[in-house]
Amino acid sequence: MSTATTRERTAVFEARGLTKVYRLGEVEVHALRGVDMELYESEFVVLLGPSGSGKSTLLNILGGLDVPTAGTVRYREHSLTDDDDAALTRYRREHVGFVFQFYNLIPSLTARENVALVTEISPSPLPPEEALELVGLAPRMDHFPSQLSGGEQQRVAIARAIAKQPEVLLCDEPTGALDVQTGVVVLEAIERINRELGTTTAVITHNAVIAGMADRVIHLSGGKISHVHDNPTKVSAHDLVW
Amino acid sequence: MKAIDRKMVRDLWGMKGQALAIILVLASGIAVFVMALTTLASLVQSQETYYDRYRFAHVFAHLKRAPNSLAERIAEVPGVSRVETRIVAAVTLDVPGLAEPGVGKLISVPESHAPSMNVPHLRGGRYVEPGRPGEVLVSEAFALSHNLKPGDRVNAVLNGRLQPLKIVGIALSPEYIFSIREGELFPDDKRFGVFWMGYTELAAAFDMQGAFNSVVLALNAEANEPEVLRLLDRITEPFGGIGAIGRADQLSHRLVTNEFSQLQGMALLTPTIFLAVTAFLLNVVMGRLINTQREQIAALRAFGYTRWDIGLHYCKLVMLLVVIGVALGTLVGAWLASALTEMYSAFFRFPVFYFVLPPNVVALALGISVAAGLLGTWSAIRRASRLPPAEAMRPEPPADFRPTILERLGLQRFLSVSVRMILRQIERKPRQALLTVTGIALATGMLVLGNFVIDAVDYVIDFQFFNSQRQDVNVAFVEPSSHRALNEVRNLPGVRDAEPYRGVAARIRSGHVWRKLGILGLESEPRLFRVLDAEQKQVRMPPEGVVLSEKLAQILEVRPGDTVTVEVLEGDRPVREVPVSGVFADYSMPSAYMHIDAVREMLREGDTLSGAFLAVDSQYLNTLYKQLKQTPKVANVSVKRAALDTFEQLLNENLLRMKAFNVFFATVICFGVVYNSARISLAERSRELATLRVIGFTRGEISMILLGELTILTLVAIPLGLMFGYGLAGFAVTVMDTETQRFPLVVSSATYAFAATVTIVAAVCSGLVVRRKLDHLDLVSVLKSRE
Ligand SMILES: Nc1ncnc2c1ncn2[C@@H]1O[C@H](COP(=O)(O)OP(=O)(O)OP(=O)(O)O)[C@@H](O)[C@H]1O
Ligand SMILES: [Mg+2]
Repeated sequence: MSTATTRERTAVFEARGLTKVYRLGEVEVHALRGVDMELYESEFVVLLGPSGSGKSTLLNILGGLDVPTAGTVRYREHSLTDDDDAALTRYRREHVGFVFQFYNLIPSLTARENVALVTEISPSPLPPEEALELVGLAPRMDHFPSQLSGGEQQRVAIARAIAKQPEVLLCDEPTGALDVQTGVVVLEAIERINRELGTTTAVITHNAVIAGMADRVIHLSGGKISHVHDNPTKVSAHDLVW
Repeated sequence: MKAIDRKMVRDLWGMKGQALAIILVLASGIAVFVMALTTLASLVQSQETYYDRYRFAHVFAHLKRAPNSLAERIAEVPGVSRVETRIVAAVTLDVPGLAEPGVGKLISVPESHAPSMNVPHLRGGRYVEPGRPGEVLVSEAFALSHNLKPGDRVNAVLNGRLQPLKIVGIALSPEYIFSIREGELFPDDKRFGVFWMGYTELAAAFDMQGAFNSVVLALNAEANEPEVLRLLDRITEPFGGIGAIGRADQLSHRLVTNEFSQLQGMALLTPTIFLAVTAFLLNVVMGRLINTQREQIAALRAFGYTRWDIGLHYCKLVMLLVVIGVALGTLVGAWLASALTEMYSAFFRFPVFYFVLPPNVVALALGISVAAGLLGTWSAIRRASRLPPAEAMRPEPPADFRPTILERLGLQRFLSVSVRMILRQIERKPRQALLTVTGIALATGMLVLGNFVIDAVDYVIDFQFFNSQRQDVNVAFVEPSSHRALNEVRNLPGVRDAEPYRGVAARIRSGHVWRKLGILGLESEPRLFRVLDAEQKQVRMPPEGVVLSEKLAQILEVRPGDTVTVEVLEGDRPVREVPVSGVFADYSMPSAYMHIDAVREMLREGDTLSGAFLAVDSQYLNTLYKQLKQTPKVANVSVKRAALDTFEQLLNENLLRMKAFNVFFATVICFGVVYNSARISLAERSRELATLRVIGFTRGEISMILLGELTILTLVAIPLGLMFGYGLAGFAVTVMDTETQRFPLVVSSATYAFAATVTIVAAVCSGLVVRRKLDHLDLVSVLKSRE
């Protein structure tokens, strides 16, 4: 895709002046310091940046999991920053698939049930079994989180996010705990959702190689976007060279 | 099943121990509540039916003697629907197997048909028949305690003549649910019996042909009872009437009512406190439980589950616990209630027996529990969803531990490292520590409340029967007698001391308020029958003036220095203004005392006495009884030991059993609460403790941290709980303060010790469970899965 056509596309997300300050007693932590950015329809974006640079914070705000201290976020025609809790909940339920950095599986539910937990409230989900198949976990469907390895848990989390066939897919280090082969399986699943459903996808990673899959790469540092670069030579997941 | 419901079931199963504890705590509160209210409702229903079916009279009046024709005049009093005249006479009984003389009350009944009111209910044998001399019905209580059957005989002294009474039937009467004689506090079925005898024969024995000395009335719905009493008094006064009374002053009814109101005090107060505390605990426990799922709630919210969805999810869980708890509690409570009701009914000898489980009691119990559970859940969910999901899902930031106050005060050299860790933990999470302390303190307080009733009763027994009344025997004469009678009594075998008294029926009035009672005239400083104030110091009888019981003074709204009007209901019926010269403590019916000479002076009598209190050598008691039995002058002999025995038996049968239930449930609650507190602390801390294990702490050391915390919190909670228990007892005393009965606020150290011990044992047991859990703490899974 050429840079020119990307620019003409509709912006799904538009963030202006995003600031997030955490107040810990006397100390203030500035997680975001005025971020302006857009995510466009159907594009695949990778967020890169050192630890503590505000990647998770930004993604959480886009996903309606958190609210900025200042600034605005628009999702299509809809301002997320004006939303109350109920509206944000509806937004997450109807539009967003999220992969959390810390998986956040429900320990009392099996892998399949963890996925079902989300598909049961989505308008047009994949069957949980199919979603788990996509991440290569079909044989471990009936195991509890405590019986799965960290990487397996992460794949359940990804299955859970893609099973609802969301309009936006936000992944916080989806391959952080995975080996190359499994990492590729997971990335392929994400890629497929992005390609086949036109799901706008944002992936946080520390692995610069993954940036090769992206339409665009956004670099964060110290709570600011340091630079954005387009990736004209986009490759598919299984062609990535680690 | 939906995944989210499956989560509920698994969560519940995962905390089955805690769930069971919560269910038991709730069921205990509900059981006490249902037990007491159901017992009360059943008894009231049984009593009302009994009264109704056997036509318990509304008004009672005694007089010396009046012609039967007077009944017509009485019937004309507005509001009176039925009149029944009769003869009532007290007689001395000689019962085989009873050393001391018994007292009988003979009541006349029509020979040909049952009376129109206070109908005796035949339990065995037959009704008396005309023309058969000596036939009587006997009250069941008396018959049972002497194993009397139709065909047996009892000798009685009727108007000075010994005469055999032939028992033909065993009966019950609503008038003598409590067979208690005037002037006594407690029923004494061995020494007091009620007999029903044909009018003709009884009239002949007492020279009362064509006359009566007792009248009972039924009133219609429009009747104005005080007005009827007033008019009846006016009619009977010329015939020696001593004042009509309504049901409220009828001895048996009053005692039954008193028992009921006592039961009601227990039935309403204790269970309500139980339920309130249980509700609070449920609230706290649910709240904390849900708090430990904070991150799961955040994750659910992140997926798009609404607060409402999540609320519903936890509500289902709570409702499940609550419904099981309430159902269990109701079942157990109803089961105990049916046992208690049966026991009480046997005690009251109700011929009809109802068991009603009022649906509103169950509904109320359910409603309160549901509300409490939901409130706890709701506030916890609100707390959990106040943070944006992203923040709630983050691993908790490392706690910002600070040196504790003790350390800042420079006392750390006295504290070991573990103790420092424990104290810092408590200081860091004061809310959790506070909730644990509150829960344990409440449970301890309920244990105190459960046991306190017995302390109060013990105190009253001690006060009444040992410190205040030191006589062994009370002898009452048929007629007021002269000083010679006192000397005669003094010379009876075994009598060490004798103290005269002159009792007189009177109305004490102050303004519009009045009470009818017997004023007892005593010597100025009685050695046997001592009147004590609240500090157990003897109150001297003033040369003039009257000494009132605290309650009576309160009812009449007078204090020492004020005057009251005393209207004597005997002889010339003098009316006097008498100063109130003192008040004294008492825990039963209102009473009043004067100096014996003041009573004599009021009655314009010389050296009279109506009876004497005796101190007797116990080895001579039987000889004395024999002698008293043959003394026609003696109308009434009451033995303190016997009264004490009946009183204690009464307690054992009723109060004690109910107390036992209360204490049992309080114990269950205490265990449930302490166990839950320990388990929740464990859940709240398992990650942290696992981390400590990983970095090299031993099992012993991490157990020490958690159990040490539990120990400190328990030790703080116990004294607070004991104080709270004392407060509850004080509240109970206020609520149970009735005109006929009060309880002093005394809590024995044994009660405190018991409450503290149960709490400590509960803490130790819970500690052991937690310790076992800690030993099996799965380090890997705790650290791997982020709950
Ligand atoms: N709830 C919070 N309270 C306080 N500080 C926070 C909170 N969440 C994030 N921060 C701080 O905000 C900054 C940005 O955090 P964020 O999680 O966005 O970083 P990140 O880029 O995702 O880092 P990583 O690659 O390590 O995940 C960090 O300094 C972090 O400590
Ligand atoms: Mg991050």
